[in-house]
Amino acid sequence: MISLIKRPQPSKTWMVATPVLAVIVTMILGGLLFAAMGKDPFVAIRTIFWDPLFSPDFAAYSRPQLLVKAAPLILIAIGLSLGFKAGIWNIGAEGQYIMGAICGAAIGLAFYPMEAWFIFPLMVIGGALGGFLWGLIPALCKTKFNAPEILVSLMLVYFAEQIMIAVSLGALRNPEGNGFPGSRNLAQYASSANPELIAGTGAHWGVMAAFAAVVAAYVLLSKHMLGFQIRVTGESPRAAGFAGVNSKRLIIFCLGTSGALAGLAGLFEVTGPAGQITTSFNTGYGFTAIIVAFLGRLNPIGIMLAGLLLALTFIGGELAQFMLSLPSASIQVFQGMLLMTLLAMDILVNYKIVWRKKEAV
Amino acid sequence: MDLGSISLVAFFASLMVASTPILLAALGEMVTERAGVLNLGVEGMMIIGAICGFAIAIESGSAAAGFLGAAAGGALLSMLFAILTQFLYATQVPSGLALTLVGVGLASLIGQPYVGESPPLMGKLHIPVFESIPFFGPVMFQHDPIVYLSLILAVLVGVFLKYTRGGLILRAVGENHDAAHALGYKVRLVRVMAIGFGGAMAGLGGAYISLIRVPQWTDGITGGIGWIALAIVVFASWKPERVVFGAYLFGGLTALQLNLQAANIPLLFVLPYLVMLAGVIYFVIAVAVGSWKKTLDVKPTLKTFAQFIGVGLVLLLIGIATNYASSLDLLMLSSAPFVATIVVLVVISARSKGASNGPAMLGKIFQAH
Repeated sequence: MISLIKRPQPSKTWMVATPVLAVIVTMILGGLLFAAMGKDPFVAIRTIFWDPLFSPDFAAYSRPQLLVKAAPLILIAIGLSLGFKAGIWNIGAEGQYIMGAICGAAIGLAFYPMEAWFIFPLMVIGGALGGFLWGLIPALCKTKFNAPEILVSLMLVYFAEQIMIAVSLGALRNPEGNGFPGSRNLAQYASSANPELIAGTGAHWGVMAAFAAVVAAYVLLSKHMLGFQIRVTGESPRAAGFAGVNSKRLIIFCLGTSGALAGLAGLFEVTGPAGQITTSFNTGYGFTAIIVAFLGRLNPIGIMLAGLLLALTFIGGELAQFMLSLPSASIQVFQGMLLMTLLAMDILVNYKIVWRKKEAV
Repeated sequence: MDLGSISLVAFFASLMVASTPILLAALGEMVTERAGVLNLGVEGMMIIGAICGFAIAIESGSAAAGFLGAAAGGALLSMLFAILTQFLYATQVPSGLALTLVGVGLASLIGQPYVGESPPLMGKLHIPVFESIPFFGPVMFQHDPIVYLSLILAVLVGVFLKYTRGGLILRAVGENHDAAHALGYKVRLVRVMAIGFGGAMAGLGGAYISLIRVPQWTDGITGGIGWIALAIVVFASWKPERVVFGAYLFGGLTALQLNLQAANIPLLFVLPYLVMLAGVIYFVIAVAVGSWKKTLDVKPTLKTFAQFIGVGLVLLLIGIATNYASSLDLLMLSSAPFVATIVVLVVISARSKGASNGPAMLGKIFQAH
């Protein structure tokens, strides 16, 4: 019979191997799902994972999109991973992303139509601050009142969505927009635009910020005292207490940082690819980033790779929607299944599976 | 603005309808959590219930069959979570999140052919004799069967947990799984059943939204009610009677929101007085109960009372200062349930002074040796 023996330490090999395995298994499961929907599974998988990068017809358009979509995912997931490592569950990054975009956009719109070099940097600060403050709410609710940060941060997503709708209809509405909801286009206003920096790559300021975040998180986790404290708290909160970790400060740091990074992601999105605050500005990056963080094993380099992969599923999903009329929800299912498969495979990381003859105990 | 157009009978009747899906989902999740399992996938199971119920009701022509299908759909989805957490020892928080992500996507996928269709309606079940009581009759006894079912289930769950052997075993598993295992109880089996019950109840709650409350299918129809149900379990300190109270409180808020919107009355015009009224009621009850049990502590009671009045006055001032601006009011109305959830979570967590009174094994992994 099969029996499980808990490993004294998580297996490093399986830590790296399981995400790859999970992607392969999810592709097979996804193929079955697509087949059940009456699509050719091989064509569907190829359209999602191969064509955006290598098809001569689409790659020219799709390739730059990869960095555009990966940047917000990586930025947000890096922030989330700090908290997840320490057992602090911020699942409201979507709300922090929205609030960052709104605050940054509001600063830019306040200066319109003035042209000056300092407007964009101010907006970046505003975006980070907006996300930071929105992330601080669950942090303070947790440290002051011990309210569960999971539920508070999630509720704040719905609240942020309502604020986004209210400002697109009210405070930030474009006065020259013929009454349509939505702000002025920030990408077309030179002082607030976040353009492609290197032609043909899709790399805008958000992509730079995402790379910077990966490097910073790597240094923080491997070299800095705070990174050590995060890891200790996650592995054993009791030991962390003895080691003198101030758990309240850690909660505020983790939620605040992930909020600020999500806010930045929102700001770079609203000034670049999206262009404006509308009633449907957010597209779920904040939730997908949770999958990115886990698939990347909460490791900065892993998150970068996972971010690129999930960006690919977004782009490939759009392509499959266009080419094969595959519903966009199927990509959502696919992403969710990826997280599930990965969690299922964690058993290989934490347990040794051995065959053993049945014997009397 | 027309205060007179709000009929109290219609308001309280709509309150019961608005509360039912929250109550069903929260009851199920409470049982799951009492067995020591934290399933954050309520929103996903609800929306799967909503679409399964909707689709089966349309295909079979019977709303009752729809509800059965919804319970089965919710329970089936919850088994994914059970496999992950009970057999593969996966962490419960991300597993629940994954369940929600899969559920929401899958529901949208299944639901595509059903957009714009109308489901068969479920007949109302008037309770004889009681339905003719003035005021209370139309408010409480002229509803669809599911409203009564949800309340009966609340009583049954309460009795089960408190007075039956099965309930005792379930609680033992939730409080100390190693001890329960040592006594020979099947920890894993109990938990799988509790997860399944939670899934079925969430499915019923979801179907109530798509078949009776709305009744239509749109993407994301549950709109966060699953998460509110999770918060209500915390608010209720894992006690069935308080789950009913919490669900009806939030149902009341939703009903108030809809009624005010229909009558075109700004929320800030009513809310300050409601908050202050709640303060007065709290004060009266606290003083009465306190002097009855001879445990009256005047200072904290007065402090809480003053906080209520203070919040009411601040809201009143905001209303006057903004002259009841319609954009602000729309924002407040639409975000009220979520903001109220946060407030309620903060208040209840501050009250319990950090010592959570939840099941001791909540969220912990059990592996038999």
